Amino acid sequence: MLTKRIIPCLDIKDGRTVKGVNFEQLRDAGDPIELGALYAKQGADELVFLDITATIEKRKTLSELVNKIAHRINIPFTVGGGIKTEEDVSILLQNGADKISINTAAFQNPAIINRFAKNFGSQCVVLAIDTKLEADGNWYVYLKGGREKTNTLTMDWAKQAVDLGVGEILLTSMNHDGTKKGFALDITAALSSILPVPIIASGGGGTEAHFYDVFTEGKADAALAASIFHYKELTIPDLKNYLNKKGISVRI
Amino acid sequence: MKTVIIKYNAGNIQSVLYALERIGVSAMVTDAIEEIQTADKVIFPGVGEASTAMQYLRERKLDELIISLPQPVLGICLGMQLMCTHSTENDTACLGIFEEQVKQFETSDPTIKVPQIGWNTITALKTPLFKGIAENSFAYFVHGYYAAKGKHTIATTNYIQDYSSALQKDNFFGVQFHPEKSAQVGEQIIQNFLSL
Repeated sequence: MLTKRIIPCLDIKDGRTVKGVNFEQLRDAGDPIELGALYAKQGADELVFLDITATIEKRKTLSELVNKIAHRINIPFTVGGGIKTEEDVSILLQNGADKISINTAAFQNPAIINRFAKNFGSQCVVLAIDTKLEADGNWYVYLKGGREKTNTLTMDWAKQAVDLGVGEILLTSMNHDGTKKGFALDITAALSSILPVPIIASGGGGTEAHFYDVFTEGKADAALAASIFHYKELTIPDLKNYLNKKGISVRI
Repeated sequence: MKTVIIKYNAGNIQSVLYALERIGVSAMVTDAIEEIQTADKVIFPGVGEASTAMQYLRERKLDELIISLPQPVLGICLGMQLMCTHSTENDTACLGIFEEQVKQFETSDPTIKVPQIGWNTITALKTPLFKGIAENSFAYFVHGYYAAKGKHTIATTNYIQDYSSALQKDNFFGVQFHPEKSAQVGEQIIQNFLSL
């Protein structure tokens, strides 16, 4: 039986992992390669590395880091941050990334989704969406790490992106991110029920029960979290044992 | 020992190379026929689309080469599917090593995602390729097409239905999952292949 995936996310800045609480107040949480290897050993199903300071000058640094990760880690990993062109994707895949994630650049130029899918396969194209529930009761797409609001509904963008060829969607609720009060179950379930691609839920996971909720009520295929793992508030073996006992299919 | 990874227009070739390096094995990525012929072990990886991959192999006569190889050959993911007779992915005639048919996952249940992405179990394990691997071990899969069960099936996985997660005929082995991304289980399977 296909299992639900637990995915630690490592935000990278200058070669170190950091985690933004509500995308602000960055804190240092260690060496990405060591931390990634530890998570892999503990039973993480995949890893996501997000370069939050990706600039053209830093791209070489990122590809070197990806190469080191690929030589150390024996589970799949996704790399995101500042990816705009086929060349960006090609360099990361050549250095051993299994998937790449795109966000703002894809929204501003949706045609890149189609080109990436054609050239590298949908299986390696992950669309990250930062979403926020507004007072009007709708979930909107936000860009640039949550700093810029759009008038596009999250469901509309997700559907369009799937039609263009994204293979998975990483959905982060800005209302929930950093709160440790649980994932956004309604928008996650809404996307997962309609779209044929896996939905990775992100933002708000604080307890084992939150993960259970997002895999059941939230219908998520995978769940991503960062600081709760980095600061050992929750360990992957404990989380997976809990989910297994509650009848959720996980890899142990 | 000389280990060769066949280079062609498919993804994940680097991932296989790095996985070998992680377990201390150096390998050559090449599409040179003589290099492949003189290898002790040949790995035929691949993530991609069947018809464009087969076209590339035919243009370089790699299709004829692969089926003629006497040494152990391991197809991975698309590599395994291309070793079958036919894929419904763009109605593609493949290499014909395994008679099993390759078809697309079909389901009317909207909650079941296609392609299958993630970790699933492998069961009914046969041959030394799975030496030391426990029944129901987990492997990492990414695929929208599957090889049906048949006489060459040496591992079975269930997604929508039971299908072949590994095939074997004579010196030819194929795995649908990605041993290069399947943690310790995958590394053991690669080691087993290299020890054949």
